[in-house]
Amino acid sequence: MVQSISILAGQNKDGNPEHFKRIDILRGEIVGVVGPTGSGKSALVEDIEQLAQSDTPTHRKILINNMIPEQDMRFNPKKKLVAQLSQNMNFIADMSVEEFLLLHSRCRNKNPNLIEKVIQHANMLTGEPIKKEMNLTVLSGGQSRSLMVADVAFISDSPVVLIDEIENAGIKKHEALQLLSGYGKIVLVVTHDPLLALLTRRRIIMENGGIKKIFDTTGEERLLCDMLYRIDKELFKVREMVRQGEEVSACFKWDGSYSNHVDFVVQN
Amino acid sequence: MNVVIVAGTPGAGKTAVLLHTLRHLLEQQKLISIAKVDCLYTDDHIRFQKIGIPTLLGLSKDMCPDHFTIFNLSEMVEFAQKNNSDMLIVETAGLCHRCAPYTTNSLGVCVIDATSGPNTPLKVGPFLSTANVVAITKGDIISQAEREIFRERILEMNPGCRIIEANGLTGKGAAELANYFSESSGFDCETEELRHNAPFSICTLCVGETRILKNYHRGVLRHMDGIHEYTGE
Ligand SMILES: Nc1nc2c(ncn2[C@@H]2O[C@H](COP(=O)(O)OP(=O)(O)OP(=O)(O)O)[C@@H](O)[C@H]2O)c(=O)[nH]1
Ligand SMILES: Nc1ncnc2c1ncn2[C@@H]1O[C@H](COP(=O)(O)OP(=O)(O)O)[C@@H](O)[C@H]1O
Ligand SMILES: [Mg+2]
Ligand SMILES: [Mg+2]
Repeated sequence: MVQSISILAGQNKDGNPEHFKRIDILRGEIVGVVGPTGSGKSALVEDIEQLAQSDTPTHRKILINNMIPEQDMRFNPKKKLVAQLSQNMNFIADMSVEEFLLLHSRCRNKNPNLIEKVIQHANMLTGEPIKKEMNLTVLSGGQSRSLMVADVAFISDSPVVLIDEIENAGIKKHEALQLLSGYGKIVLVVTHDPLLALLTRRRIIMENGGIKKIFDTTGEERLLCDMLYRIDKELFKVREMVRQGEEVSACFKWDGSYSNHVDFVVQN
Repeated sequence: MNVVIVAGTPGAGKTAVLLHTLRHLLEQQKLISIAKVDCLYTDDHIRFQKIGIPTLLGLSKDMCPDHFTIFNLSEMVEFAQKNNSDMLIVETAGLCHRCAPYTTNSLGVCVIDATSGPNTPLKVGPFLSTANVVAITKGDIISQAEREIFRERILEMNPGCRIIEANGLTGKGAAELANYFSESSGFDCETEELRHNAPFSICTLCVGETRILKNYHRGVLRHMDGIHEYTGE
């Protein structure tokens, strides 16, 4: 059981040491990874995926439960640590949702009864219901991503989930993250989406291939995040109303300050 | 000298993954030569030459590209020796599913496209099942579940292989692959043998017959019902 992952400092692209000693991430934690393109976000995630031991270009070391992981854990492909989700991912298998989930659960030696649970949770993340007899390839973007999240939560064994840019995925992002972390996964979110970034308890800031700093989400940011979350929920409703061909009626009241409240309520 | 043979179906991502892997190897000051084989056309050699690596190109034309690769392997080794390289990397043409060009002491790398469907690992045969390292590409556009199913199918076909989830666009997996390339392989042209024999059906089609009717054909032939026969003198 993976209780914690630790990142021990390495070096940036110029070979200068990173200014931290170690970062410990615990089971169930959601951590953001931010920084411009080319700053080393993917390299960091790759270090974790490979359980780097000073043998990658970053020279970082990764510990599992405070120890150097055994060789088997590094090289046995069945013990891969990181499961990935991004908005570019699609289902390509030509089969029904049910057949597919059964195939995946068989492949992971999981109880086939789990698939009901996967579909049920996926349906909490999307506005359009997924039915088990639907063909995978006809699912909408939102349905696909919801199913992927629920599948990773229940069927994939990987203790770490990497979420790479799901900002336009058309799912309830907040709930998706809660679902994953709630089942004990460590969630790394590579994102520029303010809602996702502020949702994390802390975020790793990348620059020039190195970890520049680790930033704890401030109280003010958390307040702002709550408001963004509420707006996001309302937006989700508007999107569904538009999809259903309904007329949207809503009012948007804001007193101009961040610390007070935003009133943006969709009436149905 | 290390010899690395990189095989895979057309467009699987062999060159894309190699270009990223080469960057890591060049950073480690490795001296590398490349040989690329294709059937009729390729511009891969230009892509390799652009990053400063001496590249030998072979077009197999009328010969089976897999046989061509095997037949010319010693010439490729000579090319790399002349360049004083520590490593020869051979990128094959997109292979048919019946051949595997790996020799006993080369590093056999199979590049396989994850978007080709979950049954592909069951179909591709010896170039997957006799590889040392399997690099799975294009995982960035399919779901985690499909990646896991694909990985499982590969292990069914080749339980001892090392799997890398690579990405030809971002370079994911390239550092790990570069480490494998550098492991010494003990290649020796004089004694080297194929791990898996090439198909041995020799028939009149191989020497240019174009008529399709059965009675024009001689040689080692196999019928739709699976019956294998030799017709001829
Ligand atoms: N999405 C995605 N595309 C990739 C990936 N790897 C390669 N590609 C794309 O796939 C196409 C074919 O890649 P190549 O590297 O030329 O394939 P190849 O196996 O060398 O092809 P041949 O030498 O012609 O047999 C290119 O357009 C690449 O950009 C990957 O991991 N993900
Ligand atoms: N610490 C480092 N030392 C050397 N090279 C690095 C380091 N970090 C990242 N790189 C390289 O820099 C490039 C860009 O990094 P990448 O992780 O893809 O950035 P991002 O995902 O933030 O866009 C990659 O080729 C990567 O291998
Ligand atoms: Mg990246
Ligand atoms: Mg190529």
